[in-house]
Amino acid sequence: MKTVRIIPRLDIKGPNLVKGIHLEGLRVLGKPSDFAKYYYEQGADELMFMDVVASLYERNNLHEIISETAKSIFIPITVGGGLRSISDIKEVLRVGADKVCLNTAVIKNPQLIKDASRMFGSSTIVVAIEAIKESNGRYLAYTDNGREYTGIDVFDWAEKVAELGAGEIVITSVDNEGTGQGFDLELISRVTNLIGIPVIAHGGAGKQEHVVDVFKEDNISSAMISSLFHYHYIVSNESKASALEGNVEFLNQKRSFHTFEPCSIGDLKRRLISNNIDCRL
Amino acid sequence: MDNNFKKVIIIDYQLGNLYSVKQACDTVGMNAKISSDPEELLNADALILPGVGAFIEAMSNLKKNGLDTAIQSKVRAGTPIFGICLGQQLLFSESEEFGAGQGLDLIPGVIKRFPETFEERKIKVPHIAWNTIFKFKQDWGNSPLRDLGNNEFMYFIHSYFVKPSDDSCVLTFTNYDGIEFCSSVLVNNIFSTQFHPEKSADKGISIYKNWALINKLL
Repeated sequence: MKTVRIIPRLDIKGPNLVKGIHLEGLRVLGKPSDFAKYYYEQGADELMFMDVVASLYERNNLHEIISETAKSIFIPITVGGGLRSISDIKEVLRVGADKVCLNTAVIKNPQLIKDASRMFGSSTIVVAIEAIKESNGRYLAYTDNGREYTGIDVFDWAEKVAELGAGEIVITSVDNEGTGQGFDLELISRVTNLIGIPVIAHGGAGKQEHVVDVFKEDNISSAMISSLFHYHYIVSNESKASALEGNVEFLNQKRSFHTFEPCSIGDLKRRLISNNIDCRL
Repeated sequence: MDNNFKKVIIIDYQLGNLYSVKQACDTVGMNAKISSDPEELLNADALILPGVGAFIEAMSNLKKNGLDTAIQSKVRAGTPIFGICLGQQLLFSESEEFGAGQGLDLIPGVIKRFPETFEERKIKVPHIAWNTIFKFKQDWGNSPLRDLGNNEFMYFIHSYFVKPSDDSCVLTFTNYDGIEFCSSVLVNNIFSTQFHPEKSADKGISIYKNWALINKLL
């Protein structure tokens, strides 16, 4: 059987869950643990926690959130943001993460992929590639949430990442991320057909059909989703952000974006199954 | 808490997410402790052998601490053991992985890698998915799977799988893109799974609960 995975992604800044557009312009949406618990109960296949400001400060601040979450949530948890070394990885795995997601650190030092996958097993090492399409049609890899130019070709880099021993790649279209206009199918299918490891599609899901479309690509088995589920949560639940920091204006208006048709994980999975795409419901 | 609880040791050989295994044990009320001390292991009432990662590294870590012989003597004396993922593979005789060599040899059989292509299709490896487990010759009624229906979804993340010499020990099979492999084993005091019950939500936790109940660990 070939089944697909639906992975809610939780971007974290300080104590809050946030969401941006093109990975920037962060709005506060609520308490990460409330969302995590809700997604677990709704049938999320995995959870991804990303410390979105960690890379700037070169440290990951999610330890407390992870160890709390892992006490009562029995699905795989991937943690990313600001992880630079073997000892950083060891530390987040020790507090309850199952996998780590690396980007900036491995672009600076690709050997870290090899060392980490040898030490912790390939399946523990996920590499994120943040892709931006140039005006000449070329895709280049960026770091630090799409802010830092590297000049590295996305497809060359994806091949190298797989060769160095990573277990999975998250491919993010920074251009589509947060916009709700759909996945960049060209980018995603080119990457997945090039390499032998699983690829997770990320960036752009604005409605259920977009997710159906991405799984029609033969070799795609996972989609990472934020806005669709987050906006569904905030319109159907009480979400209380820590009022201490961040932009909470949006949250207080209790609305979604017009470019999104929010849905629950259950709604989405039922839609997939009705399109003959197998998943765990 | 009752201090007479049976003592379960989660074997720590520096590979894998022991935190989740411990949380799962705590959730069902087992008195479980993470340890890499062979003495503690020899005094345990039951063992859990978790693990994620490379077979070679794992065997060499087990040998370094003398954990390999401690596990072998306990299991041969009838102590219940629960192997998970790489932990299941380590219970077998040998790996086909280049240079990997011998395992703990408690169950006859070999460890194989998923092929890169199957029936002219490219196969993505590792197999990372919620996939279904289905019955083979053994009944699940007296097994830790007794609360599950056939074809229940469990969480898998692996590149290798076990191939027992004698398929009567097979408790479940799973099919990954056309390739059928043994996804759990039950033979006497040995129970093991290729999937991660501690990552398989409520249904997975029921496996911990039933393993503990069947072995009178609660």
